[in-house]
Amino acid sequence: MVDFDVVELPEADHVETGETAPEFTRPLVTTEFWEDRSLSSLLENGPVLLVAYPMDGAFPATYVWNEIADRGWTDAIDVVGIGISTPYEHGTLLEERDVDARLFSDPGAEVLEEYGVTNDLDGMAGIVDARPAVFAIDEDRTVRYAWVAAEHPEFPPYDAIGEAVDDLTA
Amino acid sequence: MPDQTTDITLYRLQACPFCERVVRTLDELDLSYRSRFIEPMHSERNVVKRVSGARTVPAIVDETTGVTMSESANIVEYLETTYSEGGA
Repeated sequence: MVDFDVVELPEADHVETGETAPEFTRPLVTTEFWEDRSLSSLLENGPVLLVAYPMDGAFPATYVWNEIADRGWTDAIDVVGIGISTPYEHGTLLEERDVDARLFSDPGAEVLEEYGVTNDLDGMAGIVDARPAVFAIDEDRTVRYAWVAAEHPEFPPYDAIGEAVDDLTA
Repeated sequence: MPDQTTDITLYRLQACPFCERVVRTLDELDLSYRSRFIEPMHSERNVVKRVSGARTVPAIVDETTGVTMSESANIVEYLETTYSEGGA
């Protein structure tokens, strides 16, 4: 058996269940175009599952989006990712993962900072990445479910998130 | 100035001079608009093809007048005619 070392991440002061999800506007990427969109404009059409994930190209990004595509959450709720990669990289990820989601581009990680879900990549100069996190947000912008990684790498508790999606969309 | 609530949507390509020409006109006329940056690959510009019938940019959709239009010269002329003071 391979001994797999995980790194503990510093404690995150992140947005919690029951709190109001911070409003933000960032380029939202589809397979066809990208444009500035606000979180609240998405919530006008129903609840949102906001998925913070590491840079496109990192293996957790691939795993997370494959799993989301397999689980069919995108049929039940508006699944929206947020990461620091550029709109062009996000477009490539959506095509390669063949997932019916949209991705916010937050290259400066300001939105990620506001949600308290960043990873400084062991002090790598000039870059702050997303810490894996999932927020189920209802139409009133209230966080109804929150999960934030405490280790690196750590993968979302997919079953629990699936139940949160069911509760929110029932 | 980019705006999410405007009636004018501009389909544009980053660093496309013809698109910038339309942006200049929009700014001169003080019109707010929503920017949609599209795929550089011509074959992948299906969204523009759907809205305008062609894969070229710039293209605009103006929900106020119901006009959809391609080709920067046409668009500039349309905007100036429709929105400049003293225009038709």
